[in-house]
Amino acid sequence: MLRASGPAAIAAAQAIAGTLPPPRRAALRTLRDPADGSTLDRALVLVFPGPRSATGEDLVEFHVHGGRAVAAAVEGALVAQAGCRAAAAGEFTRRALENGRIDLVEAEGLADLLTAETESQRRRALDAAEGHVSRRIGLWADRVLGLSARAEAILDFGDEDDVAVDEAAIGREALALAEEMAAVLDQPPVERLHQGPLIALAGPPNSGKSTTLNALAGRDAAIVSPIPGTTRDRIELAVVREGRAYRLVDTAGLRSRGDDEIEEEGMARARLAVEAADLLLWLGDESPPEVAATTLWLQPRSDLAGRSALRPGRALAFSAVTGEGLAELWRLIADRCSALLPSEDDLALNARQRGCLREAQRALADMESSDMLVVAEHLRAARYALDRLLGRVGAEEMLDALFGRFCIGK
Amino acid sequence: MARFDVVIVGGGHAGCEAAAAAVRMGANTALVTFDAGAIGAMSCNPAIGGLGKGHLVREVDACDGLIARATDAAGIHYRMLNRSKGPAVQGPRVQADRRLFRAAIQRMMADQAGLAVIEGEAAELMLDGRGAARGLMLADGRLIDAPAIVLATGTFLGGRMFRGAWAGEGGRVGERAATRLGVQMRALDLPMGRLKTGTPPRLDGRTIDWARLEEQPSDGEGWTMSPMSPGRTAPQLFCAVTRTNARTHAIIADNLHASPLHSGAISAGGPRYCPSIEDKVSRFGDREGHQIFLEPEGLDDHLVYPNGISTSLPDAAQAAMIASIEGLERARIVQPGYAVEYDHIDPRALDAALALAAIPGIFCAGQINGTTGYEEAAAQGLVAGANAAAHALGRPPVRFDRTTSYIGVMIDDLVLQGITEPYRMLTARAEHRLALRADNAETRLGPLAGEAGLLGRDRRCHQQARERARADAYRLLERSFRGAALSPAVADDGARRSLFDWLRFPAIDRPTLLSAAPELQGVATDVLDEIVIDGRYAPYLQRMEREREVEARDRAIRIPRGFDYAAVAGLSHEMRERLQAARPDDLAAASRIRGITPAGLAALLVSLKRRAA
Repeated sequence: MLRASGPAAIAAAQAIAGTLPPPRRAALRTLRDPADGSTLDRALVLVFPGPRSATGEDLVEFHVHGGRAVAAAVEGALVAQAGCRAAAAGEFTRRALENGRIDLVEAEGLADLLTAETESQRRRALDAAEGHVSRRIGLWADRVLGLSARAEAILDFGDEDDVAVDEAAIGREALALAEEMAAVLDQPPVERLHQGPLIALAGPPNSGKSTTLNALAGRDAAIVSPIPGTTRDRIELAVVREGRAYRLVDTAGLRSRGDDEIEEEGMARARLAVEAADLLLWLGDESPPEVAATTLWLQPRSDLAGRSALRPGRALAFSAVTGEGLAELWRLIADRCSALLPSEDDLALNARQRGCLREAQRALADMESSDMLVVAEHLRAARYALDRLLGRVGAEEMLDALFGRFCIGK
Repeated sequence: MARFDVVIVGGGHAGCEAAAAAVRMGANTALVTFDAGAIGAMSCNPAIGGLGKGHLVREVDACDGLIARATDAAGIHYRMLNRSKGPAVQGPRVQADRRLFRAAIQRMMADQAGLAVIEGEAAELMLDGRGAARGLMLADGRLIDAPAIVLATGTFLGGRMFRGAWAGEGGRVGERAATRLGVQMRALDLPMGRLKTGTPPRLDGRTIDWARLEEQPSDGEGWTMSPMSPGRTAPQLFCAVTRTNARTHAIIADNLHASPLHSGAISAGGPRYCPSIEDKVSRFGDREGHQIFLEPEGLDDHLVYPNGISTSLPDAAQAAMIASIEGLERARIVQPGYAVEYDHIDPRALDAALALAAIPGIFCAGQINGTTGYEEAAAQGLVAGANAAAHALGRPPVRFDRTTSYIGVMIDDLVLQGITEPYRMLTARAEHRLALRADNAETRLGPLAGEAGLLGRDRRCHQQARERARADAYRLLERSFRGAALSPAVADDGARRSLFDWLRFPAIDRPTLLSAAPELQGVATDVLDEIVIDGRYAPYLQRMEREREVEARDRAIRIPRGFDYAAVAGLSHEMRERLQAARPDDLAAASRIRGITPAGLAALLVSLKRRAA
């Protein structure tokens, strides 16, 4: 899909698509290069006059047929029109921000959207971009505000005998709110969706780790040889499977002592990778090491004689050479990883947002005090943290975090 | 023609503080009033201070203002409100003898070297060719030349009084209204509005059955509003408390149609915080009764002010209402209650120096800015007077920050948010409340006031001595101890902490400190108390410090004067109007304005960044 935004968008669209459909109605148009009249594509065209558009400006969308070449040709024809140029990364988001169409949390979501590579990342980012995150947090902020109002009434009007507020109820309700927040904080961070969970392949030398890695990746990423210790360093690669991202790490084989310094170093790195992993695929015949990560004990090389029957403790026998059991292996990996990823209906927050929410949660969780002044202060701190999350205060700080990710305000 | 640096219009709490502040700053100052004998009159209830308000009084006092000392000279009943709650929300409140208060203010005004008091009606502001203030014309044609004018006209600007079907002109019973000036202000195209306030009927204390009522004695400890006061000099009286009841409410409900507040004669906005009894009854009909504080107006005065039942019902209804209340069955009404409606300026037309942005040299303070209360008025008077003097003398403006004073909170609220009802100070308005306490006003504001030239010699000496005492005490509290060495009541975790750091543990109290560092005996009680509270709240105060740092970044993004909000496409019409009216100095101020959404703020920020790039 291509978008043209700004004062020249409609004129440029007319130049290549002829008469445009009425606002917000999709219609098929033949796109022609005005330079030579050649047909570029037959595409769906949509016009959104500003300010009621995603960017707040006149906006035209061209839904062209797939293929880099077609899209490039249409883009080339558009850019050749007066007042048109290719957009900088994040520029549409910046304009939406500038034109008040979105707030900073939504912009963060859009930034995620731009870098989203998989379907689940995209859905999640869209959620934030459409304001779901802002709305959920906003509801919490409203509830904290209600508690604050009651605490303040006690403080400022308690002596005037016109206030009947249940002091204990404030603490109870704050605690309930803190628990709701803690439940969201317990969810896996949204970053894991973007990077994908880290899956380490480990085992003794020559247990078939690199062969398995190549089979899972569907390409030859690691060098495979019958010589033990071929993989000296960790090899990490990103794989997308059924709309989800994974990071696979191949590691040097683990044995009690290496032959040389390089192998020792490789094994040290392998141990680090195993420690950092979200999921460990253990390919050894000895039982797997005790690690924090979820572990799948696998039985590789099932094509070899005497290895086809599943031995006790193993989750699956497979062969990276014949491909037998590979689909089942992927199913197991996906199943174990889904517990590590934020699920579709959770509120998934990024690191900055989690930091703010954590602050609010703590302020509410440990506000036990007989001093209403201290209670009110905790409530204020919680409101402040949520306001920061939403960009109501510390806007500059928040924008900074955003600037670091994509270019706005240039 | 008379020539001055600063002219003050009005001799109420705002006007007097403004005049005295200007004189302390070294400005040649005149004060214009209808009646010099009414200077320092308390037009509403005879009490000074309260929650938030007591903080303001202490802050004005820390800047060497008048109100706290005058209150002590007249104090006949002292009460620390919220005593059962944390120290940051305790508010000192004092009943003052009206005559003693007025006499104290007039005495202090007479002591202001070089202050001229001019009787007359301020009729017209004189402007020069650039539209800046150059003087004031009185109704009798006299001209007073001055580059800085403080308007502290109270309710006298376009004031109208109401009681039942009766209506009259004026800001206070028996006095005139400043109507001509009001007409000119409207003609100057300043943003104006109308507000209302009210008073209860005044009672003859000899006809009240005190024996049947709950007595409220004056607080035992000898605390005063100002550390400069010699103590409580007047005899202490007691107040009493009574309540309205179902019969009272029925009488009010039956007569609501005759109240100008409800018949539509008064359309202006009234205070939610200090509503008339008509409002209380019609809005909170389910309540069985509302408290009434019976406050004596003075030592040799039989008048009693029944606080809590301000009303503008017709005379007969007021009499019936009073007679239905316990202890007041035979009470005689000396002067019926009434409502006042008056003009005010939309305070968003002012800057943080309380200067009108549209007319250089004009400063406004008190009810004209839409506030209610003596304390709010006095605090604004201080700010306007100091800044008028600074303007006339070519010195930098005197700014109060909302993170260090209630004065700063109030000014910031007024000039950014404007008002929809008379503004009353509340502790809830101060987000840095734990740091802004009535007990540490001198620590917070002394240095600022000293630098601005607001402190007289005695106060400066007092302030410096207190700073030294604080520094000495802090040094003593640097000594470090292990828990076991201090008190059996704390768990010894092996850590050595300074005495100050130990203060965040509630078990470490004053006696513990004194036994660990006996030299602390020599530190004045108020100084040590203040530091102990700082220590108690230290973790919270540190968090506020961090918040201040986050905010500092938004503060660094300045919004140029005359910035065109219409050019920021992302702002709604309403946000644009609010920003245009308030003209915030920086992004942090813009973010405080109500109704400015995060999306609007982001749009503004991006647009400011692009402009700066």
